[in-house]
Amino acid sequence: MSLTRTIFRERWAYLFLLLPLLLFAVFNMLPMAATILLGFADYFPGGQPVWTGLENYAYALSDDLFWKALGITVLYTCGVVPASLLISLFLAYVIFGLKYAWAQVIFKSAFYLPVVTSGAILSLVWLWLFNPARGLLNYVLSFAGMGPYLWTSDPQMALPSLMFMAIMGGHGAAIVLLTAAMGGIPSTYYEAARLDGAGPWRQYWKITLPLLRPTVLYLLVTSTIASFQVFTQVLMMTGGGPDYATTTLVYLIYTDAFEYFDFGKASAEATLLSLSLAGIAVLQYKWLASDVEY
Amino acid sequence: MFPYVFRILLTLFAVLTLMPLYWIVVTAFQTPSVVLAFPPSMVPSPASWINFARLFNGSEIGTWMVNSLIVTGTVTASNVLLGTLAGYTLAKKVFPGRQTIFWTVISLMFVPSQLTIIPLYALIVQLDWINTYQALIVPALIMPFSIFLMKQFLQTLPTELIEAARMDGCGEWGVFQRVILPLAKPGMGVLAIFTFMGVWNEFLWPLIVINRSSMMTLQIGLNSLQNQYYTDYGLLMAGAAVSALPMMAFFLAFQSYFVRSITIGAVKG
Repeated sequence: MSLTRTIFRERWAYLFLLLPLLLFAVFNMLPMAATILLGFADYFPGGQPVWTGLENYAYALSDDLFWKALGITVLYTCGVVPASLLISLFLAYVIFGLKYAWAQVIFKSAFYLPVVTSGAILSLVWLWLFNPARGLLNYVLSFAGMGPYLWTSDPQMALPSLMFMAIMGGHGAAIVLLTAAMGGIPSTYYEAARLDGAGPWRQYWKITLPLLRPTVLYLLVTSTIASFQVFTQVLMMTGGGPDYATTTLVYLIYTDAFEYFDFGKASAEATLLSLSLAGIAVLQYKWLASDVEY
Repeated sequence: MFPYVFRILLTLFAVLTLMPLYWIVVTAFQTPSVVLAFPPSMVPSPASWINFARLFNGSEIGTWMVNSLIVTGTVTASNVLLGTLAGYTLAKKVFPGRQTIFWTVISLMFVPSQLTIIPLYALIVQLDWINTYQALIVPALIMPFSIFLMKQFLQTLPTELIEAARMDGCGEWGVFQRVILPLAKPGMGVLAIFTFMGVWNEFLWPLIVINRSSMMTLQIGLNSLQNQYYTDYGLLMAGAAVSALPMMAFFLAFQSYFVRSITIGAVKG
């Protein structure tokens, strides 16, 4: 009885949450459940689902292309995420050390501009930069006696090209978050360290980096998830090719679902993708999580 | 010594980062014959608006931009409002089921869109919403991240403020409207910017539910432009420049506020 009374007393809380929860139910939870179910069915739009047990999973897991796509996605992520994070940490450190606030703002904005630029726009311009005959990259490299390269048209180079493009792109968000976190570290810590004779490098390792850990963890998890879901560049720049060299998992799911309309197989693959993402996030938290208080 | 090397590296990296954006502008203002010349010209000379004229004659880019504005504006407003309300509830109210609801929101945040889009597409087909604004807006009216961000932000507010307002006779809605909303503004600003950017740049979902050119958003409009004019880099870069402009303007206009507010959110209370 007292639970009912509590619920009634706090009715406003439920009212405030009602609309979001309803929308989540219809547009997030139901579709999610449906995807998981469709993974166990043969289903093409307009038809009736035929339950086939684990057939889609068996099919996906025995499909060379699925494993290839997984490998490509992992390779892409392992190349892009650590490199981007290290570059962001470096850039944030240097920017934070700049004396003038306006200089900090200018650099932060410079690194943020590509982040606010959409993947579609960046795909267009990078295709042009990568153009084998008239692109800027081959022109610049020709001075070093290198190239010309085919970039995205070369099966060997297509994936590294996309990775290069990603690493050259979005450090803005990471820099804003990192410099903000660095600003939150009490300066007394550094004063104490200086009195103890610690140089800049030691201060960075012993104070800054440990206290940035929550921010770094957050960046690591979000950028890993984002990289694992790379799609726009693949669709617009390579179409998953050449010779499937850039067929990432999400691109594979997209083609299976919306080009071949094999919703069953695509759902099974989407479920596998989500499980891997969840696994990665949990592992990263296990390894890196810690309560930092200051 | 090292600081100087670091600053040179920083500047170099900034220049390289901005290079693609510069290249969009340079190419967009070149005449088609200059675009095709090799070696490439580093400045747009002679500068020309011809690519923009060809772009607006040969595509529906104006319509795409209006579509993007309608969709992004609606989704942003709704996320800020519902996100603040729900975030406040989860941060400051104590009620049975709070933990369950909070963890549901967190879990949903980690659900990748790929796990929902296939049945969601089927649902949109059922509703006969293909090629409509509803298809782009309704599923995004509230996103889990919006609630999470506002919850994290509002958690740092002292609960005494709410209690004091209640003592002064504020009702539930009054507390939200008079105490929470004004204090939530920096958080709402951050959320608005994040949502606006995310929705404006969304690619996969509009690609799936929109195939009529007049209903396209800018992003998938650019994709159709690329399919149609894939060797015409002058025109494509004009399209890229026009599409980048609103987002850049939005960012530069709110940027100081953005940096300030994100700092407020990051400092621990």
